[in-house]
Amino acid sequence: MEPQSCVNIHKEWDIVGARQLGREMAKNLGFGTVDQARIATAVSELARNIYLYAEQGQVCFEIIDSIERRGLCMMAIDSGPGIADIGQVMQDGFTTSGGLGAGLPGVKRLMDEFDIRSEVGEGTKIIATKWIR
Amino acid sequence: MEFKRLLIENSDSIVQKWMEEIESLKDSNYTATISDELYESTNREFVNVIFTSIRNEGSTKAVEDFSEKIINLGWPLSYITDGLQIFRRVSTEYLITQSEVVDSNFFTELSSSVNEWVEPLIRELVNEYSGSWEHIVSLQRVALQELSAPLIPVMEGITIMPLIGTIDTERAKLIMENLLEGAIKHNSEVVLIDITGVPVVDTMVAHHIIQAAEAVRLIGSTCILVGIRPEIAQTIVNLGIDLSNFPTKSSLKKGFSTALAITGRHVTDLNVKENNIEKMMDSLRGE
Ligand SMILES: Nc1ncnc2c1ncn2[C@@H]1O[C@H](COP(=O)(O)OP(=O)(O)OP(=O)(O)O)[C@@H](O)[C@H]1O
Ligand SMILES: [Mg+2]
Repeated sequence: MEPQSCVNIHKEWDIVGARQLGREMAKNLGFGTVDQARIATAVSELARNIYLYAEQGQVCFEIIDSIERRGLCMMAIDSGPGIADIGQVMQDGFTTSGGLGAGLPGVKRLMDEFDIRSEVGEGTKIIATKWIR
Repeated sequence: MEFKRLLIENSDSIVQKWMEEIESLKDSNYTATISDELYESTNREFVNVIFTSIRNEGSTKAVEDFSEKIINLGWPLSYITDGLQIFRRVSTEYLITQSEVVDSNFFTELSSSVNEWVEPLIRELVNEYSGSWEHIVSLQRVALQELSAPLIPVMEGITIMPLIGTIDTERAKLIMENLLEGAIKHNSEVVLIDITGVPVVDTMVAHHIIQAAEAVRLIGSTCILVGIRPEIAQTIVNLGIDLSNFPTKSSLKKGFSTALAITGRHVTDLNVKENNIEKMMDSLRGE
């Protein structure tokens, strides 16, 4: 496994920093423009959720380069309030902030693999991967 | 006082030693692309500022001018802090060699004198330096804000808002305000929002654009979203965002044609018409 690169999320503009790094890594790995846009958008969603709901956290990237396949893995980690009902937040249109409620289900569709773990009062960890085709 | 007199009397040797040391930083460091002449003259100015400040017990004007110069040159803050660290070391070492008795009392006094010279300078230079940066950043912020949501009335009834660059919440609010204000002011029947230059359209951006379009509709105008690049179209679909409720066009050109149609106009190519007439005349002449 390659080393991780992380971006701390504290301010709104950190979201831009995170997605620039994500896009850059995706580009260097050889992802096409559509997948680069998907990855940048997914980063934007996860980073913004951290900024909005957990106030602070981290978005990390890892290149996965094995014999079978190559891809980019992103991890969004925070120690915020956590999510009580994961099934609910994964539904299209569910929002507690007056948004579109499209972020999390959207990230799941933008990426190839998606895993969300959360504990109320502990925080949230989301791991999502996109493979190069 | 004793140390200060010694320092000033021997300023030539100290300056020389300081110049040598700071010179050695050049290649290994940040300033590798700077010409030797400029580096040397700036170093001289720096060490003069240091001595002037020590002589006058803090002279603000020279310090201000110098830090402004460093910023204009685009040199890093570490040039200033390195330079002052070197000065601290060089002057301490020099004053030690100049005295006969070197005991712990001597050291305490020496180090408190040197601190007295260097610390206000560090504080002042660093403050000036970062203050100038803050000033530049705040000016750029204003400049950016002025650029952030421009509205162009291209012709009677048709207005275009070209968006370029990242949209954050502050900018999203400005877009909404300018759009509504402008649509009313210019009496626009159609408003085109061009997102060709927006790098990422996430749910936040989409949400704000949808709300803006909705608001434009409420004041009786039509809002067309144009410049949706293919990859952006894909991600919008992946996000599950429904844009079917308001018109979209892939390019500004197509959007503009639609706007013309809505306002009851269309573009005619005069050259083509003339050609056709010529052809007609030619055929009448039997050629
Ligand atoms: N990191 C997080 N910590 C705590 N709660 C979260 C976190 N991320 C999401 N949530 C909760 O899940 C809900 C759904 O998130 P989702 O990103 O899908 O939609 P949204 O942020 O409300 O709107 P948008 O469409 O703009 O993203 C949020 O409203 C919030 O209540
Ligand atoms: Mg969200």
